[in-house]
Amino acid sequence: MSKLNMVEALNLALFQEMDRDDRVCLMGEDIGLNGGVFRVTKDLHSKFGDSRVMDTPLAECGAIGTAVGMAVYGIRPVVEIQFSGFTMQAFDQIEQNMARLRNRTRGRYKIPIVLRTPYGGGIRAVEHHSESREAYWAHTPGLKVVIPSGPRNARALLAAAIREDDPVVFYEPKSIYRAFREEVPDDPEVMEIGKAHIVKEGSDITLISYGAMMRPCREAVMDLDEDHGVDVELIDLQTISPMDTQTLADSVKKTGRCVIVNEGNRTCGVAAEIIARLNESVFEYLEAPVKRITGFDIPYPYFQVEEHFLPESDEIVAAIIETIAWQ
Amino acid sequence: MEENQDTTERIKGEEIPASNTPSAMDTSPIQVGQIEVLQILNEHGEADSGLDPNLDTETLLSLHRAMVLARAFDKRMLVMQRQGRMGTFAPNIGQEACIVGQAHPLTPQDWFAPSYRSFGAQIMRGWSMERLMRLWAGFHDGFPPPEGVNDLPFSIVVGSHVLPAVGIGMGMNYRNDRHCVVVNFGDGATSQGAVSEALNFAAVYQAPVVFICENNGWAISTPVFKQSSTNSFAVHGLAAGMRSIRVDGNDILAMVCATKEATDRARRGGGPSYIEAVTFRMSLHTTADDPTVYRDDSEVAPWEARCPIVRFETYLIKKGMLDSQTVVKIQEECEQEVLRARDAFYNMPPAKPGEIFDYLYEEITTELIAQRDEYHHRLRQKGVDP
Repeated sequence: MSKLNMVEALNLALFQEMDRDDRVCLMGEDIGLNGGVFRVTKDLHSKFGDSRVMDTPLAECGAIGTAVGMAVYGIRPVVEIQFSGFTMQAFDQIEQNMARLRNRTRGRYKIPIVLRTPYGGGIRAVEHHSESREAYWAHTPGLKVVIPSGPRNARALLAAAIREDDPVVFYEPKSIYRAFREEVPDDPEVMEIGKAHIVKEGSDITLISYGAMMRPCREAVMDLDEDHGVDVELIDLQTISPMDTQTLADSVKKTGRCVIVNEGNRTCGVAAEIIARLNESVFEYLEAPVKRITGFDIPYPYFQVEEHFLPESDEIVAAIIETIAWQ
Repeated sequence: MEENQDTTERIKGEEIPASNTPSAMDTSPIQVGQIEVLQILNEHGEADSGLDPNLDTETLLSLHRAMVLARAFDKRMLVMQRQGRMGTFAPNIGQEACIVGQAHPLTPQDWFAPSYRSFGAQIMRGWSMERLMRLWAGFHDGFPPPEGVNDLPFSIVVGSHVLPAVGIGMGMNYRNDRHCVVVNFGDGATSQGAVSEALNFAAVYQAPVVFICENNGWAISTPVFKQSSTNSFAVHGLAAGMRSIRVDGNDILAMVCATKEATDRARRGGGPSYIEAVTFRMSLHTTADDPTVYRDDSEVAPWEARCPIVRFETYLIKKGMLDSQTVVKIQEECEQEVLRARDAFYNMPPAKPGEIFDYLYEEITTELIAQRDEYHHRLRQKGVDP
């Protein structure tokens, strides 16, 4: 066990997966000598060389499109897009080839690509650096979408994503890249993709979130316990697609109430999808309407005011109290 | 750690390219390179004796037959489409030399990334004609390349297959395989950003890729002069830093020679090449298109005289390898072969509506199992067997 932050944990996963499988290679802008702008690929270039840690020209679409061809040829590329806002440059290759070439060829060609990219707000960054648009990829058939919330699951989910034969969009919550450390096992650890994690069991209400928003959710759960005597069941979704509907439904069946938190835009967002699934599966167990706390339907604001845009723990506490009181 | 720093220093030294790194301003003119132009067989079927590769009889006749077969296939597909027994497709009439010539130098270990107007090449690569019919008639099982055929499926979104084709070349470098990739796209595709990115990636990584820009003059209703202000698309290859050539795309010998030279170079580790093949779309963009709306017939007429098949037949007859009776016989044989494929296609089983969920993921997800059950239930209610 070592105490690692998320950047170090991701770096460990990349190193161990490259070490165990020489088909795994890294592609991206400034990932070689520079080690990536957030240093997630630090030292991997000197360990594995030019052929396996490939600095690409500055073209996200080019990186994803060529990674698709590499994958068809039996290589397993892990592509870093510097910020998730830049992923839109690659939208056509993600949609037309990465997500569906397997289906187009009825499984003849597998596309084991991991698209790693830092997402989300809270680091006072310039425009196009703070979006949380995971709903796009969850809406795209053929992709899997994974978002870790801490060093340990970041490492284990990234390792799992690299071993997947299907393409995975792996969103890294950059606001907590270095925010805290966790014990991470030295030996390779893999967590199952498609499984939500019950962080804390509780009986009064279910709180569902993922990624960077798990932090204010944890704070809210502690406050509710200490100050309000509310026993919250907290679920970390971990995989946005395919979604672990069963775990969510079982929890809400037990508690009868639910609040969902995601920082992405509200309309057609992840929270909306969860509400639809709960409606389909546990409507008769619900004691109150399911509430969602999300980003608003506007482009991410400029950073002088971003602290007011992102969901905070006080807001989550208030939403939970309101949902508990609803009759 | 010290060792890492040493490596870093060494790589730093190696990675700085000599040519394009900002330094003190050199005021001498920059030589970008030259675009060669190649025609071996002129419009009258006369070969330039200095350039004629003098291919053996068997090779020449097989090229001829492949072109005749491509045309026969195309014509039959058009009939089937007009009878309502074929989906929308993109005819390749008039472009047979270009299509057959570019596929000829490929080995089974090489890869081919076709566009949607490349029947002739796909047949040469090992796609059965009934499979291609199945594909264009809207059956999913027609779409994947047959086992053992190293092709990408063509893409309907123009130019979107070019980056993956380059990636395959990069994969060959990754594994030190001495194979190459031929990727084919049209004049319209040159305007796509992804195609420019593909040229750049191929050149930067020295990927063994041969880009064939099949300039047939028209992208649906958009003529070349509205597509680009360059006088040859080959400058795109030159701009990316690769060997570029403009070839008479209706000259099968020029197409074979240019593609062979480029594929040989790619396999030797000499990097990518760009071939602009100048040809003409004699027919429709697709069967859903009516060119009389935007194109004057007088533009088409001169190209009738440049027919790639007639030109090659003139050459073969002069060489004594063919006579007019044999030409008719080959046409009939090809037509019969296409009819056999058509009959086989008509006898193939109907599509299975139930299987649309089966190929998306390595293992079907829980959500998709539920949706599949819902869909199968709907089918059964309608009396359809999933």
